[in-house]
Amino acid sequence: MDSGVIWGKWELWGLLGLVSFATYVWRATGATIAVRIVPDGAMFQWFSCLAYGMLAGLISRIILLPVGILAETPLVDRLVALAAGFLVFAAFKRNMLPSMISAVGVFGVLAALRDFGVL
Amino acid sequence: MEPAEAFDGRRRAFRGGVAAAFRMPVWVVSASMMGFGSLARDSGVSFGVAVVSTATIWGLPGQIAFVEMFAVGAPVLAIVVASSMANMRFLPMSISMLPLFRADKAAWRWRYLFVAMMSVNTWAMTLRFAPGMPEQHRAPYFTGLSTTCMIVGVLSTGLGYYLAGTFPFYITVSLIFLNIMYFTFLFASVRQRNCLLALMIGAALGPLFHLISPEWGLPFCGVIAGTAAFFIDQRLGDGHG
Repeated sequence: MDSGVIWGKWELWGLLGLVSFATYVWRATGATIAVRIVPDGAMFQWFSCLAYGMLAGLISRIILLPVGILAETPLVDRLVALAAGFLVFAAFKRNMLPSMISAVGVFGVLAALRDFGVL
Repeated sequence: MEPAEAFDGRRRAFRGGVAAAFRMPVWVVSASMMGFGSLARDSGVSFGVAVVSTATIWGLPGQIAFVEMFAVGAPVLAIVVASSMANMRFLPMSISMLPLFRADKAAWRWRYLFVAMMSVNTWAMTLRFAPGMPEQHRAPYFTGLSTTCMIVGVLSTGLGYYLAGTFPFYITVSLIFLNIMYFTFLFASVRQRNCLLALMIGAALGPLFHLISPEWGLPFCGVIAGTAAFFIDQRLGDGHG
């Protein structure tokens, strides 16, 4: 890869250190604020809602508008796989394992068929 | 309570966490981190950096942003900001998980380590199961669960890196997709009404806000979806409808 030419061994470790620190800052800030939060209080509930809202936003963004490797797959494949998963989810009384396997199975088969040039 | 009995209980709680990890999370962590390891090698990141990043970043969206932006030769600041923003969810996640451990004085001292061990997986399971446990069992349960997931995650990254050349594209991309589907259905099984509302509103707003601002879309989505869900839930009251 070209980046190996620009980036020496130690620079890459330094970059990892910066990225790791920049991620830990969120966690540590959360731990500092958590001191003031009462379990089951309104603030606790609100922060849980924020976390779920952010996670759902992240996941749906990755499915609909991915960057990187997932962006190399067609949107329709991701949506068909997701729909297959939710169909199974509804049919199997909200059991997550078969739903997940179906969604990934459908996605994998579609991706493989495209790789082989069938689709 | 006898100290010996408490110790035994804590130990059993730790083992309970390890057992819970092996029921499902570990397999998903393993598959996704193998996908990440393979992706890291294709991006030109060294073996050591790929493996260590799983332990020190410990958040797949941030890790993927890190290796993919590195591969295209993005500037340092852009890589750091993008990876960090992709992992911003850890802020509200820490705030909503740690209070569950506060009554346990011995565990509370380790809170800055607990948040480093926390992943979406272990957070979701702890939020779901810990409130039903005695307070002194919660942190050992979380420790067993998260340590197991992290060890398996690190080993799987190495394995994925090693096997990278042998994976066809559709396998690597399916392993990454597996991670996304796991969280989709893990969250679809959430039962608490305010959290479900936050999930639905967040899922609708996430892509829209991303189109407006790729950097700030996610935090705004979290704040607006979470706050709306919180107040709608309060309006609906205690009833089940």
